[in-house]
Amino acid sequence: MTREEALFRAVLRMGDNNLVLGHRLSEWCGHGPVLEEDIAQTNIALDLIGQTRNLLTYAGELEGKGRSEDDLAYLRGEREYLNVQLVELPKADYAFTIARSFLYDAFHLPLQQALTESRDEHLKAIAGKAVKEVTYHLRHSSEWLIRFGDGTEESHRRAQEAVDELWRYTGELFVPDEAEELLAKDGTLPKLTDLKAEWSATVDRVLNEATLKRPADGWMAGGGKKGVHTEHLGPMLAEMQILQRTFPGVEW
Amino acid sequence: MRSVAEIEALLEEVKDPEIPVISIRDLGVLRGIELIGNSVEVTITPTYSGCPAMDMMRAGVEDALRKAGIRDFKVKQVLSPAWTTDWISAEGRRKLLEYGIAPPPHSADIRALKGKSPAVACPQCGSTDTELLSRFGSTACKALYQCKACKEPFDQFKCH
Ligand SMILES: [Zn+2]
Repeated sequence: MTREEALFRAVLRMGDNNLVLGHRLSEWCGHGPVLEEDIAQTNIALDLIGQTRNLLTYAGELEGKGRSEDDLAYLRGEREYLNVQLVELPKADYAFTIARSFLYDAFHLPLQQALTESRDEHLKAIAGKAVKEVTYHLRHSSEWLIRFGDGTEESHRRAQEAVDELWRYTGELFVPDEAEELLAKDGTLPKLTDLKAEWSATVDRVLNEATLKRPADGWMAGGGKKGVHTEHLGPMLAEMQILQRTFPGVEW
Repeated sequence: MRSVAEIEALLEEVKDPEIPVISIRDLGVLRGIELIGNSVEVTITPTYSGCPAMDMMRAGVEDALRKAGIRDFKVKQVLSPAWTTDWISAEGRRKLLEYGIAPPPHSADIRALKGKSPAVACPQCGSTDTELLSRFGSTACKALYQCKACKEPFDQFKCH
C-alpha cells in the first residue's frame, strides 16, 4: 500500500465514521425525548456531516478519480464503507444513543486534537474546526450519561445495559489497519494506542461519576474497517441513498 | 476597476441568512479581498464545519459582485485558520445584542474555556440572572438561555 492509498483509506474512514453516526443521530429529528434534545442531536448531526463533507471532498481529491463528496456518500455500497461497527448500530432508546455517542466522542476528541498537529496540512485544517465542535459533543454526551446513570433506577438500568451492549464494539476503534499503521509512523495520524489511553481515562472518569460499571474486556467485534458490517448498515444506506439510486445524478 | 474598499463596501449587503442583521464582514466570515490583475478574489471561511448558511453566503457574495458589474471574480473558501467568535466585530456584537442575541464571551475568558458560562446578560432587560437551558439552540452557533428576571428565553451566540 502506498502512502497515498493509505491516506485515501484513512480519510475515507474518518468521513464514514462521522457520516454514519451523523445519520443515526439525525434519525432523532422530530423524535427527541424533549425539544432541547431534539435540537441538540440535530445540531450534533449537522456538525458531524459538515466534517464529513470536508473529509470526503479531501478523500476524493486524494483518490484522483474525480469522485465528489456526494459520489462517495451516495454511490458506494455497504462493503465499501469503512466505518467501525459502533456507529452503525440502530439508535435504539435514548440511553443507548447517548452511551454510543459518549463512547465515540471520547475517542473522537483526542483524535481531532492530535490531528491539529498532523503533518498533513489538510487534515490539520479540518481538525482545527472539528476540535471545537467535538468538545461540545463530548460534554453533551458525558452530561447525559451521568444524568442517566446517576438518575432513577430505570434510567440507571437502561444506561448500564447500553454500555454493556456497546462495549464489544469499542475494541475496533483502537485496532489499526494497515493504512492507519503506516500513517502513524510518519506523524500523519496519531497512534491508536495513545488514543486508547486517553479514551480509557475519560471513560473511567465519566462512568465513575455516572455510578456505572465499566464492563470487562471480552470478545470484541471487528470488520467494519475492512468493509464487513452488521446487518444494520445496509438498510441505513438504502434509506440514505434512495434518492441518488432512484434518480442518478439528480440535483436541486 | 474598483478598489478593495469599494468592494468591501458592496459586500456589506451580504448578510448571514440566519441572523439577517449581521454582515459576513461583521461575522468574520469574510477573510480577504484581493485584486489580481483584473480579477477579484474574495476569501471566505465557514463558521461551523456543517454551517448550512455557507452556500447562501457564497451565493450572496457572487450576486453582490455581479450586481456591481464585476464579472471576473473568484470566491475561495478556506478552513484555516479556523473561524472563531473572537472575529465578530464590535459593530457585529452590538447588532447581535440589538437583535436579541447575547454576544459570545471572549474565548480568552477562562470560564468559557473551562465550559463554565460567564454571566450572560439578558438582551431584553440586561439582567445577568439568567440560566442556560440548552447548549444547543436554534442553530449550531447558538445556545438557549432564559432570563429569570423578565422570563424571556433568548439565544446566546456561543463561544467558538
Ligand atoms: Zn431579561
